[in-house]
Amino acid sequence: MPERISIAGEKRYSMDFARAPNEAMAAAFSPPRLLPSGDSAITVEFSRDIDDAANQRVLALDRALNEAPIEGITETVPTYRSLLVHYDPGRIDFDTLGTQLVARAQMPAPIMTQPRRWRVPVAYGGENGIDLEDVAKARNTTADEIVARHTAGDYRVAMIGFTPGWSYLSGLASFLHMPRRQNPRLLTPAGTISIGGVQTGIQCLAGPSGWHLLGRTPVRTYQLHRAPTFLLEPGDRINFYAIDAKTFAEQDRAAEAGEIIAELTAS
Amino acid sequence: MTSLVVSNIGPASSVQDGGRHGAQRYGLTPSGAMDQLSLAAANTLVGNAPLAAGIEIGPFGAAFTVRDGAVRVALAGSPRSAEIAGRSVAFDSSVTIADGQTLNLGFARGGAFSYLAIEGGIEGEPMFGSLAVNARAGLGSPYPRPLQAGDAFLVTAASGGPERRIELPKPAKGPIRVILGPQDDEFAEDMKALFLDSEWKISATSDRMGYRLEGPAIRHLHGHNIVSDGTVDGSIQVPGNGAPIVLMRDRGTSGGYPKIATVISADFGRFAQTPAGTSFQFKALNMAEAQAEAKAFAKLLRSLPDRVSAIENFDLNIEALQHANVAGSAVSAVDAGTWHALTGE
Repeated sequence: MPERISIAGEKRYSMDFARAPNEAMAAAFSPPRLLPSGDSAITVEFSRDIDDAANQRVLALDRALNEAPIEGITETVPTYRSLLVHYDPGRIDFDTLGTQLVARAQMPAPIMTQPRRWRVPVAYGGENGIDLEDVAKARNTTADEIVARHTAGDYRVAMIGFTPGWSYLSGLASFLHMPRRQNPRLLTPAGTISIGGVQTGIQCLAGPSGWHLLGRTPVRTYQLHRAPTFLLEPGDRINFYAIDAKTFAEQDRAAEAGEIIAELTAS
Repeated sequence: MTSLVVSNIGPASSVQDGGRHGAQRYGLTPSGAMDQLSLAAANTLVGNAPLAAGIEIGPFGAAFTVRDGAVRVALAGSPRSAEIAGRSVAFDSSVTIADGQTLNLGFARGGAFSYLAIEGGIEGEPMFGSLAVNARAGLGSPYPRPLQAGDAFLVTAASGGPERRIELPKPAKGPIRVILGPQDDEFAEDMKALFLDSEWKISATSDRMGYRLEGPAIRHLHGHNIVSDGTVDGSIQVPGNGAPIVLMRDRGTSGGYPKIATVISADFGRFAQTPAGTSFQFKALNMAEAQAEAKAFAKLLRSLPDRVSAIENFDLNIEALQHANVAGSAVSAVDAGTWHALTGE
């Protein structure tokens, strides 16, 4: 079992580095847990913790079901540690679908295509990232150092959820792991780039958040009347780079007009 | 062009349909009518597809005025007073509103949401196959927000012919049925028992995202944070204060609180119609029972066209009809016209 740590008032996180390689191998093929989410959805759970290996298996099962659908499944929703499978109980029952899902989850995943890699500009600090200085203080360092560490990261879109385009990224350096704020803010700006727990994220729409706000990106991960409406897919890779506030303002106008701004790079 | 103008409307009223599906993986919740059976009944009465877009009317009053033509509509869902030019209008029936007339609706009585379907449907630009309002995501058409006085819908002029009524089964009573899970193992047996055995009330601070429940505090075994995972309509999550929240159609697609149980799909609409402050209980079903209920509910939805009959002699004087002592549909028409007025008080 991965060690669970507790940060006061915080989520429990897995410490994967503590896991022996043979244990990790066993976990890679162990059957997932099937949890009923009502009469029309099954949660296929690979781990109870934030766990990269589990997230890879979630995305692999999602991909497998997309490539060879099971009759009766209506929608799949990947998250960090589980795949939520919506289905029509008039076309397939829980036991039949559950058996097939467990079998699929233990089959080798289809060959993964090269993941897409995006370069995403971020205006760090100041009014765009009001918590940057506090995060630097909490880590006994400078704002520049926090920005350098955040932009050095190689991130993966682990899941998109809660509100449209809210992209949860894994791969945050442990130096930047921080418990969430005691008092979540009721309104944080659209495009916020923040850190919370072991995660960093791109928040597309203005809304509540208990994470620490490092900056803002002009990139819209969700924008109506633009093709594509949703920019990112679970599994995509993300690298951030710093821009100044003036560039942010210019790019924000262009993004508002429908430009994607984020650049797709060769992996 | 014929139009239906919103002349008065309370909060929590919006255009809703069967919802938009397939984009939960991007964080986009399906939305859609809180009580699909009632929306489907209203649509069926005016010849629309069952889950075509209609107007979901919240607990407060509303008024709709017709301009430049006559419009056929149908009302279903939570009872409330309804009249056109001083004449009572029946629920579960179609009615034609003449040019310049206003349909006046009172507060919901015994429920929360009523549905107004318009013959020919609502004209709008579907996004992801749906006109349903999801205000947070800026989605919904013709208005991507709850309705306001002055909003107007372009509509089809009434086709004429007899009005229709629909025979719906009596609304079920009794506990709201759930399936335990997906995270019922985050709660000790005595807490699950407390959840199932207690009387609950829906808080007045509830909305289309979630219904907050008032009752005993449900404590967690390992704390109230789990790693976020997917939600469904009817997920019952228990946050740190122990007061459960039932996630409704505008829920977040993922959440980080343990979910003790899920309302079965067949009871979701009935649960959505439970008025704030009314006591109710939950009851656990096993998967086979719940899936049998889901199939029965799907069958009921499919049966709606067969439950519709034409109302004859709709314009006859009701008193004259009663004195005439005629059998069959004419008497039913009297019932249809008065049932809600008699029982809704």
